[in-house]
Parts: sequence; structure tokens; C-alpha cells
Amino acid sequence: MGAAIEFRDLCFANAQGRLLLDTISLSVEEGTTAAILGRSGSGKTTLLRTVNRMVLPTGGEILLHGKNVSAFDLIKLRRNMGYVIQETGLFPHCTVERNVGLVLEAEGRSRQDRMRRSHELLEVVGLEPASFAKRFPHQLSGGQRQRVGLARALAADPEFLLMDEPLGALDPLTRAEMQDMLRGLLSRLKKTVLLVTHDLDEALYLAQRIILLSEGKLLACLSPKEFVASREPLIEAYVSAFHRGWNNTAPEIRLAESGV
Amino acid sequence: MSADFLARHGSEIARLTLEHLWLTGAAMLLATAIAVPAGVWLARSPRWAKPVIGLANVLQTIPSLAMFGFLLPLPWLGERAARIAIFALCAYALLPILRNTYAGIRGIDRSIIEVACALGLTDAQRFFKVELPLAAPFILAGLRTATVTCIGIATIAAAVGAGGLGELIFRGVASVDNRLVLAGAIPAALLALAADAALGLLERWFKVPAS
Repeated sequence: MGAAIEFRDLCFANAQGRLLLDTISLSVEEGTTAAILGRSGSGKTTLLRTVNRMVLPTGGEILLHGKNVSAFDLIKLRRNMGYVIQETGLFPHCTVERNVGLVLEAEGRSRQDRMRRSHELLEVVGLEPASFAKRFPHQLSGGQRQRVGLARALAADPEFLLMDEPLGALDPLTRAEMQDMLRGLLSRLKKTVLLVTHDLDEALYLAQRIILLSEGKLLACLSPKEFVASREPLIEAYVSAFHRGWNNTAPEIRLAESGV
Repeated sequence: MSADFLARHGSEIARLTLEHLWLTGAAMLLATAIAVPAGVWLARSPRWAKPVIGLANVLQTIPSLAMFGFLLPLPWLGERAARIAIFALCAYALLPILRNTYAGIRGIDRSIIEVACALGLTDAQRFFKVELPLAAPFILAGLRTATVTCIGIATIAAAVGAGGLGELIFRGVASVDNRLVLAGAIPAALLALAADAALGLLERWFKVPAS
């Protein structure tokens, strides 16, 4: 399998001239998931949004199967990329069924076709169509909204999925359930996925490639095993920051369990 | 108001009510045709919002009788009283529709617009399938305010000979006949109440669930 997404010397400077992405070069294999990690403001979302041309780079290029993204028709490019964000962005005036089928409606597909696909996708993301299809977004829980957002992103059967902290606003248990569902789904559907997350555990659980950004620079693009084993100080600091809680509480838990 | 009075003036009241409806209806259509697209454009180019809404605000502050007076000497417009009335009423209706359209579109959650773009909706699809339905309750609220205001102001149009229910009011004031004043004022008030109720129903129909 070749590179489905390739960033070559990608740069992006904002209107004030501040460099938010600094000569990023990396590639993502077809049918795999790459998680983008980094502090807030490190350029994760900006990098993600260059792929569907929501952000236009000021230097370098992005290739999809070797073809520059700017050479694609913008609408076709975006319809071939599912997009999921933390806030879900569900259309509040549309039922769940219509939310999922709106891209198909935009493509001019028949109502029957849209309904069939919406119901099929609701089942895929673990929502019973009979009880959820006619609901409005405000009648759903956070986890259910994210499932609908995911179903909507998959409606046009895109080759790529761009996910910007999709589980960031969920409680830990719902988040774990969603991660399980996502993991199964991604391995089954074989989409090429870019997943922005703040959660290293989530990245290690879902992705085959871990990309670490810092102040717009690429620090690492490694497999999960290489990432956690890395002795690179900045990567080590990132990994150890995720285990501080465990290191602090583990002795207390042990003491409590031993009755001391 | 006696049965005798109604028998004598009934057909005239009906004719003037229709005339009143025609003046305000035409003005509202014209104002909607101008203010809704302008509001959408302002929402996309917010740097123009302040001066354009400011201008509509200034129009709103001109006393209605003075507005009709200003328009009288203008070529083409001043040739027919109905044109003056429709133009002036349209000017008064612009601000609420313009401001509400602008606020309605600008008030849509940015994440919704972002997703609509990212999912590959064209500009027209994004507008008609997402922005317009979400802004519709605001736009209708603006239309409602503008319609009720215009029905009231349209009574002044009789001062320049444009007809409408104001004609009865002016005649009643001139002849110190309260029955004539009421014959103009009551249907005008009922028209305003009916328009308010009808547009209110429409506004509720378009209300976004749980908003």
C-alpha cells in the first residue's frame, strides 16, 4: 500500500505572518489511521484542515495518491473526505436521518436511497434507526451526537476521514465505548484517517502512526511502539506527562488496598 | 358606529382596506427583496454591516410625514402618490428585516457552517439547506415587526393622496367626526393584529427545534 496522503514541506503562516506549520513532511499509508498529537496551538487542526482545503497552505504541497489537492474539484474533494469535529456541528433543524443523509441529498440521490443509507449507517455506529432516525440533535446525548456525526461523515462512503478531537468532549466511559466502536469500524472500513487528539492513550489505541507536532514543527511520525519507546527528550516528556497520575496515585491505591 | 354609518361607508371602508393592504403588501415585498439579500451579503462582508445598517437606521428616524414630503418633488417617484407611499414604507421596513437577516445568519454556530463546507455542500446548498432554515425565524421576526410598523405608517400615506385607511382618518380629523376616524383606525389596527398573528404563526412553524 502506498501513501494516500503526503505532506511535502508544508508551511502555513497566518495573516500576521506567524508560522503555524513549519516545513512539515510526512506521509500516511492508505487504509491506516494516523493520530496527530501536540499541545494546544501546535498546529494539529491547521494541518488537518489543509487536507480538505479549509486552510490553504502558504508553502509546500499536499498530495492525495500523488495528486496535489489543489488540482481536485473542491466539492468533489470534500465529498471524498468525511469530517468529524468535537462540537459535532449537527444541523439542529434536521432530524438524525436527514443529518446523515444531507450530503447524499446534496449529491441529488433519491429520498429512498438516502433513507436506506442513513438507516444502514445508524446501525453501523450503534444507533437503532427505529428509535433514533426521527429525533433531533437536541434530543441526543453527547455520545449519540458523536455517533451521528460519524455516520454523517461516512454517508458518501469517502475514502478519507478527517477527525478533529471527535471524542474530546465526552466523559471517560462514553469515550472508551466510542473508542471501541471506532477501532472496530476503522479496521473494518479501511479508510485513511487523520485523527487529531489530545489523548495519547486514544492515539495508541486507534492509530497505526503517531504524529507529534510542537509549535508547528514535526517532532515525530512513528509507529505506536516506536513512539512510546523513543528516547527523544520531547517525546519522552510527552509520554511521561500521560502517566503522572498513575505514578502518583498507584502507591496510595496499593496502601489503601493493603489496609494501611 | 351605527348600522346607518356602516351602510353608507361600508363599501368605501372595504375599498380603502384593500388599498391599504396593497400599499403595505407591495412595500413589504419590495423591502424583503432588498433587505434579505442585503442582510445575507452583510453577513458575508461584516465590515460593511455598520455603515449599511447605520444608513437604514437613519431612514427609520425620519418622521413619516416628512418622508412623504421629501419624496413628493422627486421625478417619476413623485408622479404617482402610490409610488411615493410604497417607496417610503419600503424604506421604513428595511431596517428590521436587514438587521434580523444579518443577525440570523451571523448567529449561526460557526461549527455548523464549518461542517457544511467541509462535507462538500456548494455555496447555494449551504445557504438554502443550512443557513436560510436556521436564520428563518429571525428573518420572519424582522418581517413581522416591519409589517406591523408599515401598516401603521401607511395611514399617513393619505396625506400625499396615496389612499388607504388614512384617508378616512384624515377626513375624520378635518371634519371633527370621530366615527370616520374610527372607521379608518379600527380596520388598520385589525390589519396589524392579523398580520402580526399570521407572521407569528409562520415564525413558530420555522422555529428550530430546542432553540
